[in-house]
Amino acid sequence: MPDLLSLAGKVAIITGAARGIGSAIAENFAARGASLILNARSDGERLDAYCSELKSSFNVPVVGILGDISKAETSSALVASAFSNYRRLDIYVNNAGVLLDGLIGMVPQSDIDESIGVNLIGVLHGIQSAARLMKRGDGGSIINISSIIGRVGNQGQMVYASSKAGVIGATLSAAKELAPANIRVNVIAPGFIDTDMVKQLPTAKFDERIASIAMQRIGSPDDIANAALFLGSDLSTYVTGQVLGVDGGMLV
Amino acid sequence: MNDKIDTVFLEALGLDNLDDKSILKYNEIEAWDSVAHMTLIAGLEDAFDCMLDMDDIIDMSSYDMAVKIMAKYA
Repeated sequence: MPDLLSLAGKVAIITGAARGIGSAIAENFAARGASLILNARSDGERLDAYCSELKSSFNVPVVGILGDISKAETSSALVASAFSNYRRLDIYVNNAGVLLDGLIGMVPQSDIDESIGVNLIGVLHGIQSAARLMKRGDGGSIINISSIIGRVGNQGQMVYASSKAGVIGATLSAAKELAPANIRVNVIAPGFIDTDMVKQLPTAKFDERIASIAMQRIGSPDDIANAALFLGSDLSTYVTGQVLGVDGGMLV
Repeated sequence: MNDKIDTVFLEALGLDNLDDKSILKYNEIEAWDSVAHMTLIAGLEDAFDCMLDMDDIIDMSSYDMAVKIMAKYA
């Protein structure tokens, strides 16, 4: 019986891969044998070190490419790397994101531009670039990372929610358009996940968030990575256009 | 190079011949709609073993433009 969770022979691009959810997905995919192309916006030394670590731990090819994902040339460079090295692309994970909170009336234009640029425009560029190379092969899986906030909204997060809701809309449209090419497009909507983003929260706020989760624990990046593995692997070959909440039953 | 381009045009647009290449313009002949355009791009990328820049994909609005653009990738 074939191992449907194996990613051996598959090529995956992961944006925002140097930390948090992105690095958990990278590690998970490397452990399953995928060849990786990882992106981070800055800190080339950290990205290079992480690529070397994955290569030696899992004996898979790993390439790191720096670049601001809100710029079209970054996703183009990532896909061009897949083309020049492998002539194929199987999985593209649009993970890079920023969280910039602000009450209505107090959000500077720069925060709006950055949030929409990285969280949404970067995803649009990524889908366009990835689909072109996937179409030339047997298809593929595009996995977008949204947020529970993109589904239900939250006070102080109008801009973040807008960007993440946009990711869901993009996913649903792309899934319909790309299905005939056997390209699946799905979106994961994480809840409260233990990353650098939540470490800035005051204790009282942190406790309040935990109390809102039915499973009464914060999610781990590995919880999201496992969902990404399902969507990237052959376990989900008939799944497209879905919003997969990975939130432990969180209520916002 | 032109032979490769001609082959892709014939297949992607489902044409019988290329007797009059001057009429081959995006959205001006029925066969070259947006869906056919992406098929054409994929065919050219396969034929030339390359990936076209997004600007080139958008600019490729005629056979003549295709020849000019693909010269960069030949």
